[in-house]
Amino acid sequence: MARVLARRAGGPRPSARLRRAIGSRTALVALLALVLVGLWWLAGAQGVTGQRLLSLAVRGVMLGGILALGAIGLTLIFGVLRIPNFAHGDLMTWGAYLALFGLTLLPAGQPLAPFSFGAELLLLLVLVMPLVGLTGYLLDRLVFRRLRARRAPSVILAMAALGGAFLLRSVIYLGWGADFRNFYTGRPRPAVELFAGIRVRPDQLFILGLALLLIFLLYLLLERSKMGKAMRATADNADLARISGIDTEGVIRWTWLIGGGLAGAGGVMFALDTQLRPEMGWWLMLPLFSSVILGTIGNAYGALVGALIIGVVWQTSTAFLNPAYGPGVAFAVLILVLLFRPQGIFGRPGGA
Amino acid sequence: MALLTVEGLTTGYGEMEVLRSLTLRVEPGRIVSIIGPNGAGKSTAMKAVFGLLKPWQGSIRFGEREIGGLSPDRIVRLGMCYVPQTDNVFPSLTVEENLEMGAFVLSGSTKERKERVFDLFPRLAERRRQRAGKMSGGERQMVAMGRALMLDPKLLLLDEPSAGLAPLLVDLIFEKVRDINASGVAVLMVEQNARKSLELADHAYVLVGGSNAIDGAGHDLLGDPEVGRLYLGG
Repeated sequence: MARVLARRAGGPRPSARLRRAIGSRTALVALLALVLVGLWWLAGAQGVTGQRLLSLAVRGVMLGGILALGAIGLTLIFGVLRIPNFAHGDLMTWGAYLALFGLTLLPAGQPLAPFSFGAELLLLLVLVMPLVGLTGYLLDRLVFRRLRARRAPSVILAMAALGGAFLLRSVIYLGWGADFRNFYTGRPRPAVELFAGIRVRPDQLFILGLALLLIFLLYLLLERSKMGKAMRATADNADLARISGIDTEGVIRWTWLIGGGLAGAGGVMFALDTQLRPEMGWWLMLPLFSSVILGTIGNAYGALVGALIIGVVWQTSTAFLNPAYGPGVAFAVLILVLLFRPQGIFGRPGGA
Repeated sequence: MALLTVEGLTTGYGEMEVLRSLTLRVEPGRIVSIIGPNGAGKSTAMKAVFGLLKPWQGSIRFGEREIGGLSPDRIVRLGMCYVPQTDNVFPSLTVEENLEMGAFVLSGSTKERKERVFDLFPRLAERRRQRAGKMSGGERQMVAMGRALMLDPKLLLLDEPSAGLAPLLVDLIFEKVRDINASGVAVLMVEQNARKSLELADHAYVLVGGSNAIDGAGHDLLGDPEVGRLYLGG
């Protein structure tokens, strides 16, 4: 009776209310938590120890850091330029191979114990980041700028980005072949005990630390610098940015340099943790897009949160699934998000 | 000498001609209002003046300089700023950051300019750290106007500043337009609220079908029987 009255008084229908409740932020977070608990339960049923699950969670956060380096650039480029940059994963691969190329030129130094890499890799990281950023900007000048001038629809931009991805990967195949590579062959990379039986490799802690440092620097840039604010403004409302006199071409240049630079760092880190192969970045595209959409497209901090969630879920699933299914697990999370809350964790209903 | 002189301006979107041989002038320090029925090309006239549409024919002069065909970011530097009707704030930026973006072309500190805007809109000063997207329609309009005032423009273009606001806020916004004008800024505005804008305007143009129909001093048009019948509701 009361329900009928409420509806007469203009209240929402129960079905609409239910749909809104399912689509709420709380519901999505609860759902993701449920997925994680489900994974733990499945793993537990197969006799995986709690210690191993905790180790996997820690590794997941680390993997999330790598994903975040890619996802933040992807979301910034989409926010500012409206380009779904399918070449982003290959920019990561490109960064890894540039670092590999650098390693063949430089004399191999002693490893910086307890890490498996030497100071030369850190130097290369500093060189590779701007190079990958420039590669992204070059892609923009050669391809996207022309399409922008013709007001190309986003499908065309996506296809062009896909073309850029193939181009980059072909260059890598031509230069280095299809074999798996390592930055350092034959160096042992033992895992050490962190605490309470949680085992990780020291490299992975370095990767996480570096990702956090870069994201903190990005935070300072976006919140404090004039160019960072202009980037956020352009992502908010590109027309108004132009009307206000913001140098939008400068904003675009910085977006590519920063997005590409972070992707380059992410690629080097991913290669350090696993191996190099020409398709490594391409296979990251699903987790990257999942992270971006989970954290709301265009929202850099959302991409970080999304990447951490995807990273943990992915790693946890390896307790009982072949790790090769990782991108598939990320895809499953993406589908859940699209079904229940397509605007992502931080989005407003109806808008990106 | 006139601050803004539009002569014989013809333009439109794609193939569609919207403005036909439009002529208007804004003298320094004055408020000029454009009224007219829906679809008369009022907003299009503003966009064309601000360089968002290329003129097909005719000239637009700002001071002595021809600005027809210049891009908005160049026009902003000459001292003309524009507040669009909708989507006129950066929602995820704070009030303060919105204002800073209005002064993007300047280097150096914008603190003094921000304080001047806050003097004009004390309500914004209280909410300087709030995100513009979380503010009410009236507050957003103030943020938008404040952003456009950051460069100390000689001429401010306002596209329907009172659209969609509650009556009390409409009065407040018109009061602010008067204050802005009193500080020496010329204003060219488009308004649906014809009566209020004629009361405020030194000079007004009635646009019909993309051309000038009538023009005259604001108060004269208020008393004009034809304008009254057509646009002031009797």
